[in-house]
Amino acid sequence: MTTSPEATHSSSLLDHVEAINWNRLEDEKDGEVWDRLTGNFWLPEKIPLSNDIQSWNTLTAEEKTLTMRVFTGLTLLDTIQGTVGAVALIPHALTQHEEAVYTNIAFMESVHAKSYSSIFSTLCSTKEIDDAFRWSKENANLQRKAQIVMDYYHGADGLKKRVASTILESFLFYSGFYLPMHWSAHAKLTNTADVIRLIIRDEAVHGYYIGYKYQRALENETEERRQELKDYTYDLLMELYENEVQYTADLYDGVGMTEDVKKFLHYNANKALMNLGYEPMFPKEVTDVNPAILSALSPNADENHDFFSGSGSSYVIGKAVETEDEDWDF
Amino acid sequence: MMKTSARLIYFSSASNNTHRFVEKLGQPAGTTARLPLRTKDETLQATEPFVLVLPTYGAAGGRGSVPKQVIKFLNVESNRNLLRGVIGAGNTNFHDSYCIAGDIVAAKCGVPHLYRFELMGTDEDVSTVHEGLEEFWTQQSSR
Repeated sequence: MTTSPEATHSSSLLDHVEAINWNRLEDEKDGEVWDRLTGNFWLPEKIPLSNDIQSWNTLTAEEKTLTMRVFTGLTLLDTIQGTVGAVALIPHALTQHEEAVYTNIAFMESVHAKSYSSIFSTLCSTKEIDDAFRWSKENANLQRKAQIVMDYYHGADGLKKRVASTILESFLFYSGFYLPMHWSAHAKLTNTADVIRLIIRDEAVHGYYIGYKYQRALENETEERRQELKDYTYDLLMELYENEVQYTADLYDGVGMTEDVKKFLHYNANKALMNLGYEPMFPKEVTDVNPAILSALSPNADENHDFFSGSGSSYVIGKAVETEDEDWDF
Repeated sequence: MMKTSARLIYFSSASNNTHRFVEKLGQPAGTTARLPLRTKDETLQATEPFVLVLPTYGAAGGRGSVPKQVIKFLNVESNRNLLRGVIGAGNTNFHDSYCIAGDIVAAKCGVPHLYRFELMGTDEDVSTVHEGLEEFWTQQSSR
């Protein structure tokens, strides 16, 4: 294995520490992302989850079990990212401010993990919850995906950790995120979907930032090493993708949604690659996400918003948007 | 102010996502111009009608979504007068804030928000925008 000449300002957590000076930023992205993350801060207690109880009771037993399994799977990933993943990036940080951002990411992942427990305690019995957690411990494909990522987090290569972390943030969650978007599109569990959307928003900033830092760290590497890391990225993504397809089948075959979920996986795998600065690999024929899911994710993402594709006849020039920014001169 | 006759003017942060998208469009040299990265640097002065490409970073509720460097550029009246359309970059993960900076500029300046793409754009985004812009400029010049 190639050893990394990666420039880090400290080699371990227990070394000498200097007081962090936020008035002297080496990388302005650190300040920008810190502000964005703290501005996005939220807690599940602010969302009226109990309004979903009635809707929960309209789900079949199979749908309820599926939903709980999906959420325990997501809880596992958030737990890994909060207590291991984000923390493992700290020793490899390029700046002190980057370290501070990782502490924010780690904490928010723990908030995410806890928010699933809020959903469970609102909607389900203790026995149902215990059964779902048992399933997550026993499902081979879920455990395998956790193991693959954990192996890299425990390794010594800071760049590979960043790749694994970006893929987790931008790809591995989405087999799970699909389901609450599906329920939301059918006007079910809409408050739960609001919580998930807050998580989805956070993961986008996390994936963007860790991917950005990966690209900055790559600048210090040789051409040979860059090629090694690019190959590694596509290989790791394919390894995780193949496992993800099986995990998706374990969850969704019973309700006949596996093929639809796979399109969502392809679409998000492309975004994970882009966050790392690489070209998307899945062609448009397999990334045509169900429009109802896309619109549950973002109401502005449909074709009616594309002036170039000919749907321009019904096209309206920008709706009035509130903006309070005092910097505008007009 | 540095003058530019570029038909495509864009802002891209240090992440370079929007920059990569514009590069992939393969426009002839001199027909694209990047706004300065730092707000304190002098902005550009457009001399020809142009389309603006700008990213959104997912601010809650849209406040502060438009990059300061873009605001500085659009505060120049002659730049606003030459703006013909906007292309937004973003991430659907941001729900109703997806590409909202493009919506805000389009609404404030009364121009269409022509297209939205994510991160650095897929091949399909690149070809749609490439062809769409060609068509758009043809329509504009026949007006």
